[in-house]
Amino acid sequence: MSLLTAEDLNVWFDLDGGRELHAVQGVGFSLEPGERLGLVGESGCGKTTTVLGLLGLLPPSASISGRVLLNGVDIVAGGEETMRPHRWVDLAIVFQGAMNALNPVKTVGSQIVEVLELHERARGRDARARTGELLESVGIPANRAERFPHEFSGGMRQRAAIAMALACSPSILIADEPTTALDVMVQAQILELLDSLCRDFGLALLLVTHDLPVVAELCDRAAVMYAGEIVEHGPMDALYHEPRHPYTRLLFAATPDLHGEGVPASIPGTPPRLDQPLVGCPFHTRCDRAFARCTEERPVLKELGDDRSAACHLNDVVAEVV
Amino acid sequence: MSVVLQEPAALDDAVPVRSRRGIVWETVKRRPSALVGAGLLALVIVGAVLAPVLAPYDLHEQVGPVFGRPSWSHPLGLDDGGIDMVTLLMWGARISLVVGFAATFVSMVIGGAIGVTAGYFGGKVDTILMRITDYFLVIPDVPLMIIVAAIWGPSLFHIVIVIGILLWTSTARVIRAQVKSVRERVYVKRARSLGASHMRVVLRHVLPQVAPLLIANTVLTIAVAIFDETALAFLGLSDPSRISLGKMIENAFQRAAISTGAWWAIVPPGVLVAVIILACSLLGGAIEDALNPRLRVAHLSARTFRLRPLVGRGPEAL
Amino acid sequence: MSQNGNRPLIAVEDLVVRYPVARGLGGMLARRPQRFVHAVEGISFSVKRGELLALVGESGCGKTTTAQAVLRLVEPVSGRIEFDGGDITTLQSRALRPLRRRMQLIYQDPYESLDPRLSVRAAVEEPLQIHGLGGSKTERLERVREALSVVELNPPELFLERYPHELSGGQRQRVAIAASVVLGPDLLVADEPVSMLDVSVRAGILNLLDRLREDGLGILMITHDLSTAARFADRIAVMYLGRIVEEGPARSVVGNPQHPYTKALLSVVPRRDPRERSKREILSGEAPDAVRIPSGCRFHPRCPIAIADCKRIDPALERVGDGADHAAACIRL
Repeated sequence: MSLLTAEDLNVWFDLDGGRELHAVQGVGFSLEPGERLGLVGESGCGKTTTVLGLLGLLPPSASISGRVLLNGVDIVAGGEETMRPHRWVDLAIVFQGAMNALNPVKTVGSQIVEVLELHERARGRDARARTGELLESVGIPANRAERFPHEFSGGMRQRAAIAMALACSPSILIADEPTTALDVMVQAQILELLDSLCRDFGLALLLVTHDLPVVAELCDRAAVMYAGEIVEHGPMDALYHEPRHPYTRLLFAATPDLHGEGVPASIPGTPPRLDQPLVGCPFHTRCDRAFARCTEERPVLKELGDDRSAACHLNDVVAEVV
Repeated sequence: MSVVLQEPAALDDAVPVRSRRGIVWETVKRRPSALVGAGLLALVIVGAVLAPVLAPYDLHEQVGPVFGRPSWSHPLGLDDGGIDMVTLLMWGARISLVVGFAATFVSMVIGGAIGVTAGYFGGKVDTILMRITDYFLVIPDVPLMIIVAAIWGPSLFHIVIVIGILLWTSTARVIRAQVKSVRERVYVKRARSLGASHMRVVLRHVLPQVAPLLIANTVLTIAVAIFDETALAFLGLSDPSRISLGKMIENAFQRAAISTGAWWAIVPPGVLVAVIILACSLLGGAIEDALNPRLRVAHLSARTFRLRPLVGRGPEAL
Repeated sequence: MSQNGNRPLIAVEDLVVRYPVARGLGGMLARRPQRFVHAVEGISFSVKRGELLALVGESGCGKTTTAQAVLRLVEPVSGRIEFDGGDITTLQSRALRPLRRRMQLIYQDPYESLDPRLSVRAAVEEPLQIHGLGGSKTERLERVREALSVVELNPPELFLERYPHELSGGQRQRVAIAASVVLGPDLLVADEPVSMLDVSVRAGILNLLDRLREDGLGILMITHDLSTAARFADRIAVMYLGRIVEEGPARSVVGNPQHPYTKALLSVVPRRDPRERSKREILSGEAPDAVRIPSGCRFHPRCPIAIADCKRIDPALERVGDGADHAAACIRL
């Protein structure tokens, strides 16, 4: 039984005129304690919607289906009532742009104290002491708790956001684009911080990002998302060296590497619209290996052994190199 | 693994984003308050414009006794000169609207020009213009009008000027704020760095973004202008030879309509002024709301879940 | 490739740009000394025709200010800027106007750099109208078509009457580039041209810039992404707190970094291949703000190999002996 299992997660958004946007289509994955899983994809692929769905934080125009099993118990089934006790306590999230979402008129320390008191973890002096501990654990001197967010640099604000997420000692930390707006050196600091926090506290990490090299650096495994579904899933090494989905291969090829040879190349075309039913493989219009079956039949995510899975018809053709 | 790729001309027939140009029209179509406001306003304007044609009686013809009671032939009775009230209302609305629109035009031109200049150039120009605006803001309207009437004599022209001079300040401030924010948009900076002249940037890039707000502000200003005119006329500071709605109220007041019990001489013009002002406020307010994205607060609503039954795409779906 | 031999397209010498820090009324009354943000503190570099120079560094290093100064969008305090042999440092707006044709800026945000009310045709035509180029309307339209073709928006007819909100981010950026090349510039300054685009789209834009470079344009690219610079630039200049600390051919700077800052920076850039994880040299803290520059070598507080002398001596860029046109500013080399 995994720590966290998402099964057949689907999210729809209501649009004007009675239409729907099928933003997340049958997403499933599992996370073991202490494991780092990357959820990779470009804008609009549904990765942020997926994690917001996991936490029940979608707007009212969204509807969700599927199961989210936390230690075997479905926390989505009962709606907000079953979800709320687990939010922040078992599953915490550092949102995209969290470093800019700190309340500017309250001290950083008081905001962490607020989290502790809200979840009844500590009050008053105990809360302040625990806040100091949390700040130290993310590399911020405890005496900075009395400062305001604008007195912190970008990197330090991000650390504070991480401290806030750890307030209730969750077993799972979700980080949505934690380093996107940061400089490369600060990014390295934050990634190292996440790395050591996972090791020291046994945290499982779900890292959501569009940046493949960042995932390669921090995560053991990754799930690649495209057009609302997971198109490939497997260990990082295998994803880079033996991709089993053209999108994975092309995405790596499009990413410039510091020392690699050759020039990166774009993937032509645009992702499909998710407010219309899809026929065939969602990637076939942009794929360089598409064939007849790809235009008619939608591939299903299939296990390929060695803890890998991919949704591509090419894997059915024996010994075909994707 | 080298793939020769070119990003082809794949165009998304995207769901069109509402262009700002259509916002005014879109709003009027969609929001009930805007429709009501626009409808009322249209009605009054049509009535006033077509007064020469539609008015049941002649404006200067006495058709009955002083303060004649309402009857079938005169649904709103007669005024202090025995003239049909309905006729008077139509003609009076005409003057009120003319003054209202003219004063608003004056204030829009002055306020718009100052707002755009201050917002676009910033710095010292902005500071000086804003200080001037502040001084005008402080001037009390009625005393000014009394002085103007005393020195130059009361006339419609003077009223229009006075109201226009007093109203432009709020327009200037609103426009300035908007221009300042548009000025910082990347495409405006880009146009400047391309070498575009200030004139070109303002006309082509800044004004179109500011126009919807200017429209909303103008409509709201009309309401205030008409109110001001009514008040000034009621105080006897308006052109005595022209009948406006405010003048009608003043006349009735002066001729002791109240003590005579002739409510029909005072109430209808007052109600009509109120209706016009309400119509402008509804329409202008609706347009303003439509332009302000921050008024959508769905993200603040309480958390609820909408669950659907499991979908699944086959047993291999994990 | 260039008729002017090896004369650089743009040559900057000892450029200094400072911004005053607002003191406020209280500060002024209390006669507090005016403090400055030392955005650019004396840098020199050049860009040739057909060359892509990447200016890399973290936020606050002065790279964006440098780009703006080169385009004369910001006034330098001192230094010299030469464009195609002519001194443009102190030219005023009237004299600068013809130059604006020859130097173009491409912005970071493709979603904001196009006026939402202008069609693609109008947006690309506007520069022609501003500079009074292109003759009749039909001639201008022809130029617009050509420009759209150059940026690979083919067939141009498909795009002429579209509005920005109907285009993807990559397409918008191409339109912005088209609006820049329609004037036939010599120099393109690209400020983070792809950082707001999806990964799968970036390479297309960068390859486009590369093709323009091959056609003889000089390109100054500002970026914080070292991997992009490594793959697309001819030369790289690394900036830190307003100075260039290392400069040279991209291959040399990336393959054989000399300055400790460059080394640290390169060591922490994430790699695609999980097997290629080199030892990361993570510097502690962040760069200090540019108001209080450290004494001596500005990097010394964070430098892993700093010695006592580093607090006193402000190093100049000096050739490192690897045979290439590669220089670094460090006394320990």
